[in-house]
Amino acid sequence: MSAVRALVLTGNGTNCEREMAHGCRVAGAEADVVHTADVFAGRVRLADYHILNLPGGFLDGDDLGAAKAGAVRFRYGTVRAPEEHRFIEDLERFVADGRLVFGVCNGFQLLVKLGLLPRLDPDRLEPAASLTHNDSGRFEDRWVHLAVDPDSPCVFTRGLTRLYCPVRHGEGKFVTASAGVGAAITAGRLVPVRYADPDGRPTQAYPWNPNGSQDAVAGLCDPTGRVFGLMPHPEAFLHRTNHPRWTREDLPDEGQGVALFRNAVAFVRENLL
Amino acid sequence: MAFRVEVATRPALRDARGEGAARELREFLHAGVTAVRTVDVYTVDLAVDPPERTGIAREVLSDPVTQVAAVDAPVAGAVGAAFDWAVEVGYLPGVTDNVGRTAKEAVEMFLGRSFPHDQRVYTAVQYLLEAPGLDRDGVEALVAGLLANGLIQRWRVLDRDGFDRAGGFGLEVPRVRGDAGGRVAPVSLELPDDGLAALSRDRLLALSLDEMRAIRDHYRDAAVRDRRAGLGLPADPTDVELECLAQTWSEHCKHKIFNATIHYDDGAGRVRTIRSLFQTYIVEATERVRRGLGDRDYCLSVFKDNAGVISFNDDWSLCFKVETHNSPSALDPYGGALTGIVGVNRDPMGTGLGARLIFNVDTFCFADPFYDGDLPPRLLHPRRIYEGVVRGVEHGGNKSGIPTVNGTVVFDERFLGKPLVYCGTAGLIPREVTGRPGHDKAARPGDRIVMVGGRIGKDGIHGATFSSEELHEGSPVTAVQLGDPITQKRVYDFLQVARDRGLYSSITDNGAGGLSSSVGEMAEQSGGAELDLGRAPLKYPGLDPWEILVSESQERMTVAVPPEDLGAFLSLAAELRVEATDLGRFTDSGAFHVRYGERTVGYLPLAFLHDGLPVMELHARWERPVHPEPAFPCPDDLTGDLTGLLGRLDICSKESIVRRYDHEVQGGSVIKPFVGVLDDGPSDAAVVRPVLDSHEGVVTANGICPRYSDIDTYWMAAAVVDEAVRNALCVGATLEHLAGLDNFCWCDPVAGERNPDGEYKLAQLVRANEALFDLCVAYGVPLISGKDSMKNDYMVGDVRISIPPTVLFSVIGRIDDVRRCVTMDVKRPGDRVFVLGTTRPELGGSEYWAAKGFVGNRVPEVRVEENLPLYRALERAIRDGLVASCHDCSDGGLAVALAEAAFSGGLGIEADLSLAPADGVERDDELLFSESAGRFVVTVSPDNADRFGAAMAGTAAAEVGRVTAEPVLVLKGPGGRTVVRAAVDELKRAWQAPLAGI
Repeated sequence: MSAVRALVLTGNGTNCEREMAHGCRVAGAEADVVHTADVFAGRVRLADYHILNLPGGFLDGDDLGAAKAGAVRFRYGTVRAPEEHRFIEDLERFVADGRLVFGVCNGFQLLVKLGLLPRLDPDRLEPAASLTHNDSGRFEDRWVHLAVDPDSPCVFTRGLTRLYCPVRHGEGKFVTASAGVGAAITAGRLVPVRYADPDGRPTQAYPWNPNGSQDAVAGLCDPTGRVFGLMPHPEAFLHRTNHPRWTREDLPDEGQGVALFRNAVAFVRENLL
Repeated sequence: MAFRVEVATRPALRDARGEGAARELREFLHAGVTAVRTVDVYTVDLAVDPPERTGIAREVLSDPVTQVAAVDAPVAGAVGAAFDWAVEVGYLPGVTDNVGRTAKEAVEMFLGRSFPHDQRVYTAVQYLLEAPGLDRDGVEALVAGLLANGLIQRWRVLDRDGFDRAGGFGLEVPRVRGDAGGRVAPVSLELPDDGLAALSRDRLLALSLDEMRAIRDHYRDAAVRDRRAGLGLPADPTDVELECLAQTWSEHCKHKIFNATIHYDDGAGRVRTIRSLFQTYIVEATERVRRGLGDRDYCLSVFKDNAGVISFNDDWSLCFKVETHNSPSALDPYGGALTGIVGVNRDPMGTGLGARLIFNVDTFCFADPFYDGDLPPRLLHPRRIYEGVVRGVEHGGNKSGIPTVNGTVVFDERFLGKPLVYCGTAGLIPREVTGRPGHDKAARPGDRIVMVGGRIGKDGIHGATFSSEELHEGSPVTAVQLGDPITQKRVYDFLQVARDRGLYSSITDNGAGGLSSSVGEMAEQSGGAELDLGRAPLKYPGLDPWEILVSESQERMTVAVPPEDLGAFLSLAAELRVEATDLGRFTDSGAFHVRYGERTVGYLPLAFLHDGLPVMELHARWERPVHPEPAFPCPDDLTGDLTGLLGRLDICSKESIVRRYDHEVQGGSVIKPFVGVLDDGPSDAAVVRPVLDSHEGVVTANGICPRYSDIDTYWMAAAVVDEAVRNALCVGATLEHLAGLDNFCWCDPVAGERNPDGEYKLAQLVRANEALFDLCVAYGVPLISGKDSMKNDYMVGDVRISIPPTVLFSVIGRIDDVRRCVTMDVKRPGDRVFVLGTTRPELGGSEYWAAKGFVGNRVPEVRVEENLPLYRALERAIRDGLVASCHDCSDGGLAVALAEAAFSGGLGIEADLSLAPADGVERDDELLFSESAGRFVVTVSPDNADRFGAAMAGTAAAEVGRVTAEPVLVLKGPGGRTVVRAAVDELKRAWQAPLAGI
């Protein structure tokens, strides 16, 4: 069996690349952690990978708003070799070729600010939604329950009903450019994960919904289900001892976050190899 | 050419920053402000064509979904903001503007072209205040009191009419307007003593008269004069040399008090002479422990590098450093703390050949944030310090991608004079880097001196000498700096790659003293250095060479790069957008040779620079203080006292702070700061698993207790070592692989006219060192690194505020298998409750007596001979899986520890404390609230109770009760009388309430 190849793109402030790559490896993929500069220099090509991981962090310090400067880099940055062209062309081709993109936290913010999520109009790359400051006005690190929509086209959440992992962000409140965008997202089942109470019901109540996200949106996928991003960190729960109550509950050794990576790897094996 | 872009949140969305400002203005300053809206302002001083401006505003500087942007016009109208006053707060020229730097980079990416260094983007924040009752003076007071810090920021205020008439704020570019710079002047030291003292004071050298004389005498030496003439240098020292000496000889860098000769009068008529506290107690303790460990010694590099290094496993070593950043945090809490955390990050980065950073720790000492008394001049309100420091660490730690896993906050009114901000960072160093041990390094003659990272400005000039002084009227504003976590992250990412490619032979950080310290120290490795300050990249023109040499501008590392690797090193840096500049070379000339272009501006023999400092000679006199003995009857019911104790600031929950820190990035979190059934119980220690495919863990914990210093600093220091060790043991650490760091924060222990009780404070320092030595040797915990900050006083006019002597003791250790770790929350009804360790009537300095307004005299003593067998037995019991929960017993005593264990588990405890091991205890309140050292509260499942009892045989351990399903804490005293009965929810509420809202 040939290998499933995952790329974890880092640099300029990402900080979850190590655990993101570990998640890919636990799920059976080969993972390379690569600096964006290597891709822009043309030394590493997106086309050589099946899964593009955009890890959490603070791209450019989130100084212009979360992942905003990072989105400018992705949108306008150029790959210098072998022939100079915009990086975004490679990224669009990567998606069009049926491959997978997985953004967590800052990586999700990046996808939304680029317009790759929710991508209601496949012909236009334009942001239709955003992630803004939490209602609390603060960065917060706390574990959240997520309810998974079984009818979402999302490849990553297939077969899951619940997920438990931490949020760690200050700008995670999901908002849409218009009510129409919200309705289209709902109709397209493009919200694979919603913040939920401990019984699994989507909620607007703090702290279960930690940021006041509209419609309890914790993550989005595009209509193909192959581009997926979420604010919470599944890669922070790869091992039993990551769970905040592992010393008092009976838990399997593998953390719940691994399932998302396994789904991605399975999809690649079935469709791209 | 410059233009303004204003960006505001769309009216339909909440402006969280504006809401926060309104809340703080009302709460902190009781201001009549109804609402605040904020606007981001970018002054873009870049050569762009007018048609490009709209694109920049819309595509780069704003989010079209959530924000509205306006070019060269106020955006307030577009978002329908109602306001009476408009305030615009920007940085003073030359102050680090992180957002501005990012904005410029983003514009460059957008346009696909670069702009020269002197073209920039400057940022400001506009506050639109709805405050109909305020006049201009009132608004100015709000700005000065909360919205801006005059040390680093400037502001403009417009009333509504003025704003409308002028069309908002006009264009103003805060460019630095400097002259050419580059001046070098000789400074004559041929002065009488009072002239030398005045020179030291006026130039902020912070050198004593003895030290000034030693420098003068060096320059009188005929051989020195001859050599200087040959180099074209004046006979007098240049300002470059004098400033370099002042930095290198500062208390901050040379620890003169810790290395002084001290004549210690123990108060009982005996006088001893101690030659260097550091050598006598700290180095000697570690050497003894290491000798005792023999071939099990796990220390790899102690005291000689930026952080201490111990072994971890076959692939990695472990290093740890804790620093303080008190003085800058007093002046600018946000910038001070931010710089503190990113600054201490550079210590492990610059240890050995450089570490990967795996966690941060933070401990703060503040005055009561609810303080409502008068504030002496120049002091900020403790609430503002609290908020600023927490936000600084939040930004510094989170943006660096390093989990903040442990720490605490301690409160005392005397921290009004200076807050203490302790920041620490641990890292992993490869055991081997391209065939060399990773914890070693050495610059070689011929290696290039390469400065990596940020540019040099006037920020942070005199930081090292400033922190070596009390806070006074003339404290320099340039000593305040602002860190930039993202520039540093890029430097860090770059250096990790350069290290693994073997592109450098030595590295250190630029902290206190800037290049003068980093190059001066590395020059000792090769035997000399030749540095050209004229090549150093500057933030703006106008710096003189001495300023370039001692500036503490942030985010800089100094690296020794072999000439054959220089090309590869510089091109890798360029590709990763990190500035790296060749500033000269390391030599074996025996001197630190400083040039500015072709001209020699300083030449300091290394022997004089590093060893020419005269040893201080000081006197210390101990006198045991006597406090009134409390006299009040023991209350019949102690429920109210317990509830009150849980709500005291030192004991109460710090969750509102800790949730703001990312404590689990990097994916290896094992024991988090908050644990238990609702994730809100206070952990004793933190454990991380830094290598994700292994079960090996790193544990860290701390101890701090300035309250006991009011009685005896010997027992204060003993208590903090004991507490840190116990905290670590609680989660499953082993004494077989645990190391300590000592951080002393003292009030000035050098007696003088303005410091009449200096000899007593020095005696307090001696005693704390004695305890540190005794405890570390007894427990077999080597000290691997530490730091001292000796001038934590405030002196303005007649007001002197001195902090209580404070030691933070931090431990770090290896855990073989994290799956054996234990948390403090009780687990199941029916589990047996044990108390380990003996309770004695030691309420001196306790929280209980403090709550009643007493200090008392009988402070807890640490009995190492009793504790050690107990600790070893507990360690084994945890490793054997016999323990369900384990919690250390310290502030507030047994009752507080039991309450915390119960409410964290969401269950009750019923316990008869008369069964607990005790000695001489006569009153119920002594039993419940005494803070005797060496104790734990442990719960054990019934299945393991017998084995646990057997494991603890021969130690002071007793079963005292059970965990109950009914969530009620019931504590009985002698005679079976119930002295506490309370629902655990209510206890938890009392514990959570004080800081929850801020």
